[in-house]
Amino acid sequence: MVSPGKPMRLEPRTESGRSIWIVAPLAAIGASFLVAAILALIGGASPFSVFAAVINGAAGTQFAFLETLTRATPLIFTGLAAAVAFRAKLWNIGAEAQLYAGAIMTVVLGTGALPLPGPVVIPMIMAAGVMAGALLLLGPTWLKTRFGVDEVVTTLLLNFVMVLFVSMLLDGVLKDPMGLGWPQSKRVVADATLPKLVQGKRLHLGFVIAIGAALVVWFINARTTFGYEMRAVGFNPRAARFAGIPVNRVMAKTALLSGGLAALAGVSEVAGLKGNLTLDLSPGFGYTGIVVAMLAVLHPIGVIAAAIFVAAMFVGADAMSRTVGVPTYIANVMVATALLTMVTAMLFTRFRLRLS
Amino acid sequence: MDAISMIFEASLWAAAVRIASPLIFATLGELICERAGVLNLGIEGIMTVGAFAGWVTVYSGADLWTGVMVAALAGAAFGLLHGFLTVPLGLSQHVTGIGITLLATSLTYYAYRVAFPEVTSPPKIETFVPLEIPLLSQIPILGEALFRQTPLTYLAFIAVILVAYVLYRTPIGLAVRTVGENPAAVEAQGIDVTWLRLGAVAVGSAFMALGGAFLTMSAFNSFYFDMVNGRGWICIALVVFGSWRPGKALLGAILFAAFDAYQLRLQQLAGAYLPYQVFLMLPYILSILALIAMSRRAGYPRALMIPYRKGER
Repeated sequence: MVSPGKPMRLEPRTESGRSIWIVAPLAAIGASFLVAAILALIGGASPFSVFAAVINGAAGTQFAFLETLTRATPLIFTGLAAAVAFRAKLWNIGAEAQLYAGAIMTVVLGTGALPLPGPVVIPMIMAAGVMAGALLLLGPTWLKTRFGVDEVVTTLLLNFVMVLFVSMLLDGVLKDPMGLGWPQSKRVVADATLPKLVQGKRLHLGFVIAIGAALVVWFINARTTFGYEMRAVGFNPRAARFAGIPVNRVMAKTALLSGGLAALAGVSEVAGLKGNLTLDLSPGFGYTGIVVAMLAVLHPIGVIAAAIFVAAMFVGADAMSRTVGVPTYIANVMVATALLTMVTAMLFTRFRLRLS
Repeated sequence: MDAISMIFEASLWAAAVRIASPLIFATLGELICERAGVLNLGIEGIMTVGAFAGWVTVYSGADLWTGVMVAALAGAAFGLLHGFLTVPLGLSQHVTGIGITLLATSLTYYAYRVAFPEVTSPPKIETFVPLEIPLLSQIPILGEALFRQTPLTYLAFIAVILVAYVLYRTPIGLAVRTVGENPAAVEAQGIDVTWLRLGAVAVGSAFMALGGAFLTMSAFNSFYFDMVNGRGWICIALVVFGSWRPGKALLGAILFAAFDAYQLRLQQLAGAYLPYQVFLMLPYILSILALIAMSRRAGYPRALMIPYRKGER
């Protein structure tokens, strides 16, 4: 253990090593497996049987692998939402609420309100969902830029408000009259359902849309003025303002993009996978998206890989807990460990450790 | 009974003080961290750890006060982790805090499931019982509200006085307040900024864990998943509402809790006209509104969220 302060010093790097970009994610994965091994032993199982069961459950069969990609789909959207916002230092912790906003629009428009063919109605639902999610984040962002209200707390608190709002809708106007009293919405009609990618499997068009969204975000980041402005605002808002960048407007546009991406997770889950809206639509996809974004170093293409890795942990751990009997929460611990290791490892892209 | 006369019911204020107790502990904890310049978004997870650690200690045979100690130590341990990552390493306090909450929560749930693999109804413990203070408990309204509570609630009030005293009347408190405003000035006094901030985050996190422990050892008698339910985030709002002062934070926590207790009663009165979810939303919305109202006057510690590196400006 290095004692902080005295014998350890962080010195800024003059040049940034390329290798760290590979080493950091590997360190994160390594650390998460190390912690998982310890937890497996505490749980009374051999670490190797746990890892074997997790990997087998995540990618051992075609079914398992497609299931991992299915689970990765909402995480790509929420991961992109966090990556876009964090890049501009807009701390959107409210992807969970924005996801539900997208899901609400999907059942409002997709359960028979629009008697139109699929190629027309699906883009309309996506547009409506994006708009709902975007507006939901615009509020906290306006409060931040106008009044200096910390958006972390407001977006977090809105998650709780939103889940209650969904619960209210599912008890009221959106309640399925044929649902035997369960708080669930009517099912999305066939025309508004995203088609499956593989016959008879759960993987759906949402996955392709998610990949497309990542490419679009990459394009915005790398090739547009807006992408440059977002990075400038995130790097140093005062300098950005001095350079003539309209900081508040960039923040607002970032919020629209981020909230819209998170909402697409809800659209894709309802229209592609679940078919209706329930209160357990998202087991924390919004929060996990933050981890995905950090593991990806906020890079949109990296988000795809990080989302698949995180999804594999969850899908694998579900299967593992059925066969080996170690609680599935081990996956959550691994993901959290990976996050903390990753941000620590990334520190060393900017600094080197000097022991004096 | 109508909506107005309910406000003057002693039982409402007794409930308010009860609901406020975990918030008082956790708000104090966050306040100490932020006063030293470190935002601690690990609060939600650290409260979960405290809730479980205290409860499981008592469940395995120890007495209640040992449980309280264990909860505080467990919270301090996660605080040290948050402190290590954000103070000497200077990582993003936002991201690290969210990471600590995820880690602490998932470790707790894992531990719970390993310890209790197949329980249909959650195991229970004998919790703290209300302790009537002689004479004082006979005062109308105030007596029932303040002096017929459990020992942990009294501890919460004592903690407010203690923290206020230490912050404003002792050299260490002055150092903590200064390190959140101007760490270089503390360094110039020959005090190590890193150790001071680490200590403050550890102590603050111990308080957060006590807030969690109140839930399992006083408010309820067992541990449930999601039992913290956003209380940590509300406490972050309460710190802003209380302008980073222990006394005002206490007032904020009690007002908030009174509102919460009031909406529970209003729900029974007006439940026929409005869905119950509307009432449950009110505390969260109130927190947001409070943040907006206070934002103009918010006097953030000036070095909050700014890592300190020796010799760097």
